[in-house]
Amino acid sequence: MKIFLFFSQFYRDLKGQKLRTALTTFGILWGTASIVLLLGFSNGMKSSQKKAQHGMGEAIVIIWGGTMSMPYEGNPKGRRIHLHAEDVELLKSQIPEIKYASPENTNWSTTVSYRNEVYVGQVTGSNAEFGVMRNLIPQRGGRYISPKDLEEKRRVAFIGFELKEELFGEEDAVGKTILINQVPFTVIGVMIDKDQNSSYSGRDKTKTFIPYSTFRSMFSRRYLNNIVVKPVVASESEYMRTRINQVLARKYKYNPEDDEALWEWDTTQNDEFFDQLFLGMNVFLGIVGFFTLIVGGIGVSNIMNAVVEERTKEIGIKMALGARASFILTQLLAETLLITFIGGVLGIIFSGVIMKAFPVFELEEYVGTPAISTDIAIFAALLLGIIGFISGFFPARRASKLNPVEALRL
Amino acid sequence: MPLIQMQELNKKYNSGKVSVEALKDINVDVEENEFIAIVGPSGSGKSTLMNIMGCLDAPSSGDYILDGAKVSDLKPNRLADIRNRKIGFVFQNFNLLPYASAYENVELPLIFGGIGPKRRKSRVMELLDRVGLADRAEHKPTELSGGEMQRVAIARALANNPAIILADEPTGNLDSVAGGSIMEIFHELHRDGATLIVITHDRQIANNIPRVIKLKDGLVVDSL
Ligand SMILES: Nc1ncnc2c1ncn2[C@@H]1O[C@H](COP(=O)(O)OP(=O)(O)O)[C@@H](O)[C@H]1O
Ligand SMILES: [Mg+2]
Repeated sequence: MKIFLFFSQFYRDLKGQKLRTALTTFGILWGTASIVLLLGFSNGMKSSQKKAQHGMGEAIVIIWGGTMSMPYEGNPKGRRIHLHAEDVELLKSQIPEIKYASPENTNWSTTVSYRNEVYVGQVTGSNAEFGVMRNLIPQRGGRYISPKDLEEKRRVAFIGFELKEELFGEEDAVGKTILINQVPFTVIGVMIDKDQNSSYSGRDKTKTFIPYSTFRSMFSRRYLNNIVVKPVVASESEYMRTRINQVLARKYKYNPEDDEALWEWDTTQNDEFFDQLFLGMNVFLGIVGFFTLIVGGIGVSNIMNAVVEERTKEIGIKMALGARASFILTQLLAETLLITFIGGVLGIIFSGVIMKAFPVFELEEYVGTPAISTDIAIFAALLLGIIGFISGFFPARRASKLNPVEALRL
Repeated sequence: MPLIQMQELNKKYNSGKVSVEALKDINVDVEENEFIAIVGPSGSGKSTLMNIMGCLDAPSSGDYILDGAKVSDLKPNRLADIRNRKIGFVFQNFNLLPYASAYENVELPLIFGGIGPKRRKSRVMELLDRVGLADRAEHKPTELSGGEMQRVAIARALANNPAIILADEPTGNLDSVAGGSIMEIFHELHRDGATLIVITHDRQIANNIPRVIKLKDGLVVDSL
């Protein structure tokens, strides 16, 4: 078929049907935009939620001492298990699957002051690895606690960004001296702003972090509040936890099978949960979008059917002038595909504009920044192609099978 | 050999319970460069006969042989090609595409015939010139008078140099002046060697045409 002849003819016919073409295009545009936007927003929400989720730390496990739920080697059920600072070194030396580990102690209602500004909040003692695990990233010019700080029991403090605002306002904090329960500490770093939507002992933004060794001599504590560990490989956190249980069970003489001797929070499982939640959401939204497009496709199909009726006379004329059935079929089909294509492209552009304009609404904190992924784009494009073909094919075939005399009689 | 041979041609329409015998045992031959008028009362089968001659419809029985080819044996694509190359239609209601210009309407059979754009352009202008409408090429049908529309239709019918021109009451929707100029074009074409078959109600028009076929109730008759 002479492709050029074909398209000149085709363009002319489309031009002659402006309103119909516009309506159909709009239907497809709407379907595409809804599928792309729905999935785009869902994806944006997912990554923002994940980021906030990781505000507490990525793929970490928090371990608390618990209560024995089964008697073991003479120790009765109900015996409390307490964690000690030495356990951290024990675990690290025995379990190569551990990448980082830190003790953690918290002192609540601690007075932290700078000049006349006073804030009552939490002080946390940890080692140097804690900062990396818990995403306590220093602002420029500052740092987190170092091994040397621990070794020398330095009176240094790393503070949350909100606490910094409370105490210092606009003033620089690093290098200044603050008082923790009247004891002077040097600020070595301020945490950068971060989203955090989960925690086990309050948000980090108002906390003061000091070396664990310093903490210990300041606030006499026999036990740790908890230990934080991070596996070398996130997917092996389960095995790492089993090993931790074995090591600690031997030390504290409880049954390693006892689930309640230790309490654990494995955030890698949160990630899994999140992934599944959003997979579910995407499937749901995908189905919603799919049906939106299908409805759009039915619309296109209806319009194409109406077109065949409306243009029966024209088809009859073309047949009388010697157009082959395949020409009529291809023309109508190409028309639908082009309309679907243009509608789809406009829909994607429209979605892009909405997403670009989205920051104007200042909703990112809640739903994140929407994003079109290539997956979504390919999915939408494929779906559109199929819909365009199906909705165009049957009316077009019907038209090409018209009896020319019948068609002309109208 | 005649250009057209019709042997024992019958056409029956079956619409539900009633069946209409629109054509009964038609035996007509048409030689090259003949100019024929088909006359007869309304419903006598004139259009039915013309549609069969134009390969728009098939007879129920009998043979229709066009230019040596038995049409009833041909596949749809071949029929489309025959309509494109060998037949030029002119209809009572013009049957122009309303949103296409005169130029574009005349161009259609050339497009379907696979003629390239350059040859198409010169051919379309030549045809429009021949019917005296070269200056109206860009006009839409709505911007043309009835007579002008029919001249565009004639130009379109002539596009691929058809072996035969079939016109179904071409002057039926025109006043006598416009109708007269259309018939003048047909006579001119006949003088130039074309074969034409024209259905008409107009006695005066029929009187000026060399051969007249009279139809009544689907039969060819000697007198009406
Ligand atoms: N598609 C059809 N279905 C049923 N009857 C038809 C059909 N087309 C034509 N007829 C009938 O066939 C007869 C001949 O019609 P037609 O050829 O149009 O006559 P004319 O053109 O001479 O007026 C008429 O009785 C008409 O009603
Ligand atoms: Mg008729």
